[in-house]
Amino acid sequence: MPKPLKELLDPRQAAESVASTQVWKSIFRHGYPDSPRNRALTMISNVFLHLHPIRMKKHGLRLRYTWCMGGLTFFLFLIETITGLLLMFYYRPTPEYAHYDMQYLREDVPVGITREIHRWAAHAMVITVWLHMFRVFLTGSYKPPREFNWGIGVFLLVFTLLLSFTGYLLPWDQLAIWAITVGSNMARATPFLGHEGPGASLLKIGDLNLVHAGDDAKFGLLGGRFVGAPALLRFYVLHCVGFPLLLATLIAVHFWRVRRDGGISGPA
Amino acid sequence: MADAKAAGTETTRRGALAWLLGAWGLFGGACAVGAGAMGRFLFPNVSFDPPQTFKAGYTSDFEVGKVDERFKAKYGVWIVRNDEEIYVLSTTCTHLGCQPNYLEAEAKIKCPCHGSGFKPTGINFEGPAPRPLERFRIVLAEDGQILVDKTKKFQYELGQWDQPEAFLKV
Repeated sequence: MPKPLKELLDPRQAAESVASTQVWKSIFRHGYPDSPRNRALTMISNVFLHLHPIRMKKHGLRLRYTWCMGGLTFFLFLIETITGLLLMFYYRPTPEYAHYDMQYLREDVPVGITREIHRWAAHAMVITVWLHMFRVFLTGSYKPPREFNWGIGVFLLVFTLLLSFTGYLLPWDQLAIWAITVGSNMARATPFLGHEGPGASLLKIGDLNLVHAGDDAKFGLLGGRFVGAPALLRFYVLHCVGFPLLLATLIAVHFWRVRRDGGISGPA
Repeated sequence: MADAKAAGTETTRRGALAWLLGAWGLFGGACAVGAGAMGRFLFPNVSFDPPQTFKAGYTSDFEVGKVDERFKAKYGVWIVRNDEEIYVLSTTCTHLGCQPNYLEAEAKIKCPCHGSGFKPTGINFEGPAPRPLERFRIVLAEDGQILVDKTKKFQYELGQWDQPEAFLKV
């Protein structure tokens, strides 16, 4: 017997009939979040929501206390991921094309601001990471039991800076090439691994230097003795795949430990 | 249990530990080999960098009092001839490693990155560069051509510019 129209149009009854279907129940395996148990289940049975706590301390919601800097940093990371993925549809990491693809993205691709958003968000992310670190320091949130997560955070800072450094080369203009030349020259001074670093001169067999300009840390980074086509490709791969994967893994650990160590922003 | 003991197939504590140690050792070794292979993968056997040693033509190809820029783009050197000698100057700034430009009108070498200035001799006289440009080995090849060898460098501050092969007498 078909249901009366009035019953179908009643929002409450319509919702209940949807919620009682097998499809709905297979996705949401809990009732309405109207009890503490169901509220908890809502959060922990959803992979996206379970990043959030089931309940949180009042001061964690105070913007003046947290500055929301960690959240903003993650938001900027998501923007970088999405815009970066879009840029990859046009950008070719070879000296013949790189610079012109960058100009093409800026001038001729619709919504060319995508490239600028990627750049601005990268600058902003470096700033918000520092401010997040500063806030964590001011509120004493690095103290036990959160020391380990501070350490993870330092690595997140390092990978944020490395992403900025590798992205800096990709426009392939004079600024990019010489900035990376200057920056990668530091790798020459790596202990034992750089050919001008301490200890490198000890690694020799007879007159044969084992660590020289053709096989040291700088060479490995650039794929050559100077910034050229192999360096552009290596930096591109590190920028688009290597460092983002490492960063995403560490972000997961960071967030997990925030929850395990007692929620955001508290000193204890 | 008794059957296993009788058959000699019983797992002892010592035997299990030895087995575990062997298995983990094998696994660790395989991981180390894999990591080494991945590291080696990043250092190709063929380099497309320009050669470190090259022939630059005959001494008569170089004008007296001129800084020759023909070999700058490919090999990163200036070849300079004065009244007495020819020497090879590195185009790598001694400050942070950018490539300066030779400004003929002002007869000076100027780095665009941070403003270091050098005389055509390579001596630094302005900007942050802490020491003169380096010079490279220069000799005459068997066919009479100039042979430039970038694997051997001569530094002014170490008093090496007077050494043989740091310049070519003409």
